[in-house]
Amino acid sequence: MIPPSLLASSLIESSPGLQADASSDPGVLIVGAGQAGVQTAEALRSGGYSGPITLLGEEPHAPYHRPPLSKAWLCGELQAAQLLMRAPEALARKGIALRLGVCVQAIDRAQRRLHLADGSALPYAALVLATGASPRTLALPGAPAAPAAQQAAGVLSLRGLDDASALAASLADCQRRAQPLLVIGGGFIGLEVAASARKLGLEVTVLEAAPRLLGRVLAPALSDWFAELHRRHGVQVRLGAQLAALETGPDGQVLGARLADGSFCPGAAVLVGIGVQANDALAQAAGLECERGIVVDACGRSSDAHICAAGDCTARRLPDGTLLRLESVHNATEQAKSVAAAILGQERPFTATPWFWSEQYDKKLQMAGLSAGADQWALRGAMDDGAFSLYHFRGQRLLAVDSVNATREHLQARKLLDAGVSPTPAQAADPAFDLGILLPSG
Amino acid sequence: MAQITYIEAHGQSTTVDLPEGWNLMQGAIANGIEGILGECGGSCACATCHCYVDESRLPDLAAPSQTELDMLEHVAAERRPNSRLACQLKATVRLDGLVLHLPATQE
Repeated sequence: MIPPSLLASSLIESSPGLQADASSDPGVLIVGAGQAGVQTAEALRSGGYSGPITLLGEEPHAPYHRPPLSKAWLCGELQAAQLLMRAPEALARKGIALRLGVCVQAIDRAQRRLHLADGSALPYAALVLATGASPRTLALPGAPAAPAAQQAAGVLSLRGLDDASALAASLADCQRRAQPLLVIGGGFIGLEVAASARKLGLEVTVLEAAPRLLGRVLAPALSDWFAELHRRHGVQVRLGAQLAALETGPDGQVLGARLADGSFCPGAAVLVGIGVQANDALAQAAGLECERGIVVDACGRSSDAHICAAGDCTARRLPDGTLLRLESVHNATEQAKSVAAAILGQERPFTATPWFWSEQYDKKLQMAGLSAGADQWALRGAMDDGAFSLYHFRGQRLLAVDSVNATREHLQARKLLDAGVSPTPAQAADPAFDLGILLPSG
Repeated sequence: MAQITYIEAHGQSTTVDLPEGWNLMQGAIANGIEGILGECGGSCACATCHCYVDESRLPDLAAPSQTELDMLEHVAAERRPNSRLACQLKATVRLDGLVLHLPATQE
């Protein structure tokens, strides 16, 4: 059965050939001009959609790549133009209207209209929410979840280009005055920033409340390996650190963090990297099903037949009924392609193996699959060599593979997981065993 | 500064001047050239900036890293001996006049 198109009102009535009358077809509105938004727009065009497409970006910047922000951008190795994801003229050539600095205030689902902060309204036939996520804020004296003006100066988070520019300026200031950086949170953002700051020669302390780094995503052995990597590069890594307060000077500038045990960690700049939350407020206010993100099916459809969502703002309903939140470039691009297909009335469920990467110092961590629930592990290669892969199993089933400086094994892992093929733990641990022979031929 | 020519699969040719240090993926995107995606932002993690380098100029290029060689096995279009990832090629005077042919697909 062909699923109903989200564009029933415009596509089907204007068929054949999608030759919609532009004056009557309100087209597709995409809220968010990041990875998921841009990808959705382009996938709609390449999928044959010929109606109007409008990308609404809240930031004043043309679509740009976020991954370099915590790395090369902080180290001053890039100009803003090098972060560009798509040139506005390339989008324009595809008939994708890009509107920047647009704040969407509300969705009127009954009328199928978006209300903007400037008082205007935009109609849609299909709406795509690609609103991303925002850094969590510390609930602590000195760093309240309050308007920025009330926060201590020098307490920063990192998500967008403006955040990154503020952080870069702060790091440069620390560098000039030989002052330390304090990183709160031993997740990817915190650790990537720590590595960049060390490259700039700053003293860096990382505070992590959990007993290990990257505890949400990595196996304990790999967490320990990353802690050692950072210590070897001169970072003070404090695990199980319970924050009591951020302390500030009389000028309101942050001085550092007081821990529950009474000790003090200085930081002339403090980066708070304690995770993100999905930007689902707009969807919630419109009554869409949300649960730590906009709930979508495998094709990116929300609980409203005319609204889809893609990327970091979503929580995807899995076949077993649980919800999966992924924050990654790959998730954004895959969901975007599924959403574009759904809008065109096609089924393109996101079933590919998720993958992620991080770069710290000269190490590239590449993860394939989701390791939650693993009960045994096999190590291929030697951790001391700095190039290895950790295979996660549940029983005899391969769940995920984390590779450090082992791109070949990472790519092979994606193929194994896509094909649903599991090596035995013994095969995975034997570098002489060619895992490629397990893959279905062709 | 290096003058680089990108030739898209359908024949469109664009010549641009790239500042020293820019990689050739960034140069393509900034100049609105289609046929290069660069989904990962230049981290050598996605293989969507695949290009074919003018064979005669291969000796002018820095050799590919092991990571790039591994990623090249994952490109969507046919991999050829002159296949490279544009994000791993940095503009230098040595590359001046280089011609890149872009494949029909990157994903």
